[in-house]
Amino acid sequence: MPTDRVFDVVVVGAGVVGCAVARELSQLTLSVALVEARNDVGAGTSKANTAILHTGFDATPGSVESRLVARGYHMLREYAPFAGVSVEQTGAVLVAWDDEQAANLPRLAEKAAANGYDRAEVIDAAAVRAMEPHLGEGVTGGMVVPDEHLIDPWSTPIAFATEAVANGCQLFTNLHVTELDVGSEVTRLIAEDGRELLARFVVNAAGLHGDTLHRLFGFDGFTIRPRRGELIVFDKLARPLLGRTILPVPTSHTKGVLLAPTVFGNILLGPTADDIDDRSATGSTRAGLDTLLQKGHRILPALLGEEVTAVYAGLRAATEHSDYQLTSEAAARYVCLGGIRSTGLTASMALGEEAVALLSVIGLNAIPGAASTRIPVRLTPLGEADERPYQSGGTLICHCERVTSAEIDAAITSTVPANDLDGLRRRTRALAGRCQGFYCAAEVCAHAAVASDRSMSAWMGLP
Amino acid sequence: MSDAAVVIVGAGPAGLSAAIELRRRGAGRVIVYERELQAGGVPRHTDHLGYGLRDLHRLTTGPKYAARLTRAAERAGVEIEVGRSVHSFGGRTVTTNGSGGATTVTAGAVVLATGVRERPRAARLVPGDRPSGVYTTGALQQFATLHHQRVGTRAVIVGAEHVSFSAVLTLAHAGCSVVAMVTPLPRHQTYEPLRWATASRHRVPIHTGVEIAEIIGRGQVEAVVLSDGRRIDCDAVVFTGDWIPDHELARTAGLPMLAFAKSPVIDGGWHTEQPGVFAVGNLTHPAETADVCALDGRAASTNIMDWLTLQTWPAAVTPIEVEHPILWAAHTAVGITVRVAEFVEGRIECRADEDVVHTTRRRRWTPNQAIHLPRSEATSIVLTR
Repeated sequence: MPTDRVFDVVVVGAGVVGCAVARELSQLTLSVALVEARNDVGAGTSKANTAILHTGFDATPGSVESRLVARGYHMLREYAPFAGVSVEQTGAVLVAWDDEQAANLPRLAEKAAANGYDRAEVIDAAAVRAMEPHLGEGVTGGMVVPDEHLIDPWSTPIAFATEAVANGCQLFTNLHVTELDVGSEVTRLIAEDGRELLARFVVNAAGLHGDTLHRLFGFDGFTIRPRRGELIVFDKLARPLLGRTILPVPTSHTKGVLLAPTVFGNILLGPTADDIDDRSATGSTRAGLDTLLQKGHRILPALLGEEVTAVYAGLRAATEHSDYQLTSEAAARYVCLGGIRSTGLTASMALGEEAVALLSVIGLNAIPGAASTRIPVRLTPLGEADERPYQSGGTLICHCERVTSAEIDAAITSTVPANDLDGLRRRTRALAGRCQGFYCAAEVCAHAAVASDRSMSAWMGLP
Repeated sequence: MSDAAVVIVGAGPAGLSAAIELRRRGAGRVIVYERELQAGGVPRHTDHLGYGLRDLHRLTTGPKYAARLTRAAERAGVEIEVGRSVHSFGGRTVTTNGSGGATTVTAGAVVLATGVRERPRAARLVPGDRPSGVYTTGALQQFATLHHQRVGTRAVIVGAEHVSFSAVLTLAHAGCSVVAMVTPLPRHQTYEPLRWATASRHRVPIHTGVEIAEIIGRGQVEAVVLSDGRRIDCDAVVFTGDWIPDHELARTAGLPMLAFAKSPVIDGGWHTEQPGVFAVGNLTHPAETADVCALDGRAASTNIMDWLTLQTWPAAVTPIEVEHPILWAAHTAVGITVRVAEFVEGRIECRADEDVVHTTRRRRWTPNQAIHLPRSEATSIVLTR
């Protein structure tokens, strides 16, 4: 790697937020690098969330999060269809299960209005049941939020990163920044493997490791304590049980366990909320799964008669603060986007805008690029409601998710290519289905090996 | 006039055998759609003896059996279309997708022979990390047998039924030792000679009365933790058995399902609730050996021919009622097959309404083993202790 090149901006962390920042910067006349410690974009917190595009009706009014979620919601809703990111407007209903929760609903409607969202409507138990006839017994009331959307959480960062790279941003994966040297004009970022990058400005979008990078810059102010959320994905045959997202009446600790359809046609149950210390503990637990099943049984009893397709856990970058931690430091030419929790997907594009604004304040001279030279990006949408490639022909290789061999090839040779099965899954849905590879795992790996310069056993993830 | 006399979904032992017999009986145009790129079904990748005994009257290996059935079907004039998925068959208008685009074919009869798969790790809600090296037997066999891949060096097998011991053989051929078999039941559930020829020969310890409590490994599998707290170091975990029918097509068509087996309800003539729609093979009984599936297909052809010529359908197709410890009961070509939930002693009684039509002798029954009862008009089956 040439060490003499100085990037105008280096974005550290290619989760959904870092990718959105890189995309925003790539529209300006700047040299930009996006660096990621993992082998792929969107492979940390961003890949394991509840896949909802939130209106932000329940944010804390006046908070930074409230402002950016509301703004990000509109931006992403507009952007997604053009970028081939599947979105679906199912709406949501908050369901109260006792009198105390029902009594809270009017206050939540007022809060929604304070967040600039005026379409939330409190309804009675009978109206909730008419909307969602499969709900369990004991509903005491509800509040409809008709503008909540489902979104493909995998394609979102990939679309951002692809657009950034297509417009000149350089993407470095497997680059884990462990040391910094902040000079008077240039910051040297040194990776674990010895590689170095030079940057005039640095944006910290390191998610779960945001506080570590913040301290390398010599700043303090927040500490990340990961909040683990376990989720269960149910079979597509369960999808008719649910019309819209079922939200719990939130508590101070978490938004609670929700049930949501996914754009892929499944039903998702989760998340749990466990504060843990290990920033890589993305395993599921017996206790977590049992809790989810118990709550799922109460909300939608018939759900438990359906098969489980997948179980996963994600870590949210929770801090001791309830709000996002956004700071800019002029002397260090440094912007920090810290403590972005589960709303980061919705807020991502607004955070991209915000990062550019913060960089401008501390002296980045950013000139918008000519619109005519910008290269737009459109991915192949993965949603069930979208037109899928198999419908117009092609050899199906993953039968459960109906993925063609051409899509596997495309994912491996794309601008931001898949490097492993997980990356293939997020780009094509291959292996994400009910058989979990019983039929197709070998075929997918064999095909990927032919389409790439890597062996079949490398694709199998073997050492 | 239909485009085809019969459309069969699935080119495994049941679908191919039905197709061959239908052609032999002069059914006219018979199309078999297979979503995989090769016909033959699961036996294609089960590279050991144990196939063909009851249908072909010879003992052969899975791949040879699959090839023989496929050749026989081709010779019989069956149109096998591989790489083609069936998406719906409402009104016996069959829509498919595959290379070359979508097709629509009307059929006199539709035969569902979509088979069965093993529940993977997630469906069994086994907690822990999500490393590489976690397989089902089906995936393992395809990696090892069809693609000659190594799959690890030390495997733990989850399950101790027939297919679990089949996995021992596959792993041995792939150069992977088996460090443990794990079953929540108090004993293994296969036949003693098979256990002896596999687990004993390869010195595999069988841990009974325990489950996998957790899988450990970031990246690669490192170990499993059993429910009794023991840790077993390994680099592969194979989830075997725990069959679930591939019933998506049947369910989305609105066919009613057996409660536990999750198979479409059929009568003794393989009729489903929808006129002109039949279901055969492991879709209807998860899971029997390949030869029973083949015999299903062969026998069902009589009923299919009757439907094509007479256009009569049973007034009602009702499931055989069962109660614990019997999990499910379903019709096969060799009678009625049932499964029990636990090791249990007693007589199994088949009743047609109030009358007892058959009673077995008193004996011990083994879970996960096929229990074949004679053909009857049984409406309920119970175990009396």
